[in-house]
Amino acid sequence: MLDIQNLQVVFGTGRLRVDAVKDVSFHVEPGAAYGLVGESGSGKSTVLRAICGLAPITAGRVLVEGRAVTTPRGKDFYRTVQMVFQDPYASLHPRHTVDRTLSEPLAIHGEKDQEARILQALREVGLGPSFRFRYPHQLSGGQRQRIAIARALILRPKVLLLDEPTSALDASVQAEILNLLDDLRRKMGLTYILVSHDLAVVAHLCERLLVMRHGEAVEETTSEALRSGVASNAYTQSLIQASQGFTRDAKEPVRSLAG
Amino acid sequence: MAGSPALSEPTGWRAWLLSAEPHSRWQARLGRFYLGWRSFTRNPLAVVGLAIVLLLILVALFANYIAPYSPIVGGDLRTQRLLPPSETFWLGTDDQARDIFSRIVYGSRITLFVVVLVSIIATPIGLLVGTVSGYLGGWVDTVLMRITDIFLAFPRLVLALAFVAALGPGIENAVIAIAITSWPPYARIARAETLMIRNSDFIAAVKLQGASTPRIIFGHVIPLCLSSVIVRVTLDMAGIILTAAGLGFLGLGAQPPQPEWGAMVATGRNYLIDQWWVAAMPGIAIFVVSLGFNLLGDGLRDVLDPKAAK
Amino acid sequence: MTKPLLDVDDLRVRFHLRTGTVEAVRGVSFQLGRERLGIVGESGSGKSQTGRAILGLTPPPGEVTAKRLAFDGIDLLTASKRTLRTLRGGRISMVMQDPKYSLNPVMTIGEQIVEAYQAHAKAGRREARDRALAMLEAVKMRDPARVFSLYPHEVSGGMGQRAMIAMMLVTDPDLLIADEPTSALDVTVSMEVLRILDELVTERGMGLIFISHDLKLVSSFCDRVLVMYAGRVVEQLEAKNLREAQHPYTQGLMRCLPTLKDDVRPLPTLNRDPAWAQ
Repeated sequence: MLDIQNLQVVFGTGRLRVDAVKDVSFHVEPGAAYGLVGESGSGKSTVLRAICGLAPITAGRVLVEGRAVTTPRGKDFYRTVQMVFQDPYASLHPRHTVDRTLSEPLAIHGEKDQEARILQALREVGLGPSFRFRYPHQLSGGQRQRIAIARALILRPKVLLLDEPTSALDASVQAEILNLLDDLRRKMGLTYILVSHDLAVVAHLCERLLVMRHGEAVEETTSEALRSGVASNAYTQSLIQASQGFTRDAKEPVRSLAG
Repeated sequence: MAGSPALSEPTGWRAWLLSAEPHSRWQARLGRFYLGWRSFTRNPLAVVGLAIVLLLILVALFANYIAPYSPIVGGDLRTQRLLPPSETFWLGTDDQARDIFSRIVYGSRITLFVVVLVSIIATPIGLLVGTVSGYLGGWVDTVLMRITDIFLAFPRLVLALAFVAALGPGIENAVIAIAITSWPPYARIARAETLMIRNSDFIAAVKLQGASTPRIIFGHVIPLCLSSVIVRVTLDMAGIILTAAGLGFLGLGAQPPQPEWGAMVATGRNYLIDQWWVAAMPGIAIFVVSLGFNLLGDGLRDVLDPKAAK
Repeated sequence: MTKPLLDVDDLRVRFHLRTGTVEAVRGVSFQLGRERLGIVGESGSGKSQTGRAILGLTPPPGEVTAKRLAFDGIDLLTASKRTLRTLRGGRISMVMQDPKYSLNPVMTIGEQIVEAYQAHAKAGRREARDRALAMLEAVKMRDPARVFSLYPHEVSGGMGQRAMIAMMLVTDPDLLIADEPTSALDVTVSMEVLRILDELVTERGMGLIFISHDLKLVSSFCDRVLVMYAGRVVEQLEAKNLREAQHPYTQGLMRCLPTLKDDVRPLPTLNRDPAWAQ
């Protein structure tokens, strides 16, 4: 479904040059969920943004369904790949009603039957028709994220890029959104790429995952392996340990190299 | 009316407006408008400003019913020149024996004409230049902003003077001159707002739906810049009226015998010591209307632009 | 138990807004000795407002009332502004969520620590400087002298937060209030910061109030946990007995988190009972 080959992303030049992603490759099967884990500055979000065209591809290739993507991306690409952003408070236009937000992609692609599609999209994410004409400020964080998911799904894409979709939400709301994403994937046969700093969230949603650090791939592993606590890499091990909560008698964690 | 505590549940049309679950686009939009109106009316000064502006509009619309005399044809030059305010001539008469009140009433049409035309011309130019330059960035931004800088480098009245000198005196040319000189600040504001909006996730989201650049600028960026530009335009109205009056005063705006307020002040200058009302009355009119627009602009800012409030 | 360090009885924080009165904290009571107390709740539970009210940092138009709000026998509600000023930053300190916003961007880190120290202790320039350097060392800065002369934007988030902790602890407070001190940091960095915080608190025998949304983190770090919901404390328990939590909200909060150990799906969600807010 999705093939990332030796992806490299560089921002700026000269003294301001930042190598955000250095030579990352991975492959995602249709219908699979693939996780990218890492701390801030690991380049995990940049990989996602490079796939959908929000960040430049400096070197390497991104293939969707076997074809290399073009820059700028064509309309076909956007019908295949959609994205859900981290902060539901920032990803909805503050002056647009839910109705306008959801009808925009349909209008752009000249789709018919907007009314029915919007109501269906709302139903799919577990919201009733009563939400249709509300403004974002009349919605809770969880409801906003549901609208953002509905917007991403309304064009019936095959791949959903999820950029920390639950990290701005309360724990109980996070559980609801994770369940929703799980359900939708099963029902619609979607392919996910999930970016998160939370190992447990990635392990819950994805089968395979890539641990990243400082723009490089550290280790590719499976959720199974994580659950059984097997990690060949020391950094992955320290992430696992940190996700278990605070421990008084723990060993010193691996110091970050950048300081 | 305003400021009543929201302890009791609203009923009737109010409940419909404030509904958390609107049933149509229009209900949602009206509900939003109503909330804005409620916070606007909490500011008494803003309501005064609105009242002044509405009064200006009404007076301009019904000038021929309100004015007791002709604004252009004067009375008997021997007996009715430069009369002080009295019951027959409420605000006195000028050197041509014309009723000053009637002239001010008709002059409101010219003022409104200037205000409306300038905002119709300058606002879209400013918005478009600002959003396009902010959204596209790169060389487009550089070129557009340098042009804006050039316009900003001249004092408004001086540039307007130059334009009027080139185009010839007259109220239409004065309007064009003022409009041409007043868009750069709007472009600056719109650009600053656009730079903030440009990298936000909701713009990235429409980009990822395949939206074209014009669609993003017109449908998503401009609506967000609009409110701060509207506030700025309203606040600028006072300055625009003063510039128009200034051009009139210098004899470059509306031409005699048109009852333009600035030109009226200019003629009154000759009689300032003995017949003060000839210059003072139109001066007061300019002052009141400018104040009205300023108060209105302040009130609008509180409603439309919560960031800038306080 | 001896006299508590902090005694809070029926604390209420109200905000009088144009649209009516909102009660953010509704009758919170607890006592704190020299121990680590965690306050856990989701957004809007009033946990942060509780911490701010204790320090007298409730933003206007908030109004704080309590039957009793006493720190070491001093009534904080009736104390003079002067007394409050000496307490705040002197004997009670607060670490906020994001060091980027709580450090002054135009002063070096060292100057800020020196200033914090001199504001509460009569000390010469040299002594204050030594104290600040010692403190930076205590928060495990590798090169205290260099960090001393750096500006906040020149350090990473983790270092900034450690500098913040150094600044807050330089006056040797008796009580530290930490409001989400690590949620802006990466996991591995935040463990490091917590470890430093833990050491200092234990060494100096301070009282600590640790405010967080993360039940797992709080229960592993603190001795005792207050669980807040809609402005009230719904449950108070020893951290080690967390598994025996009685309240359905606490139970729900614990269960709804995905874990690495077992794979539950769908995740149990929280059915909010309006009765909890009563």
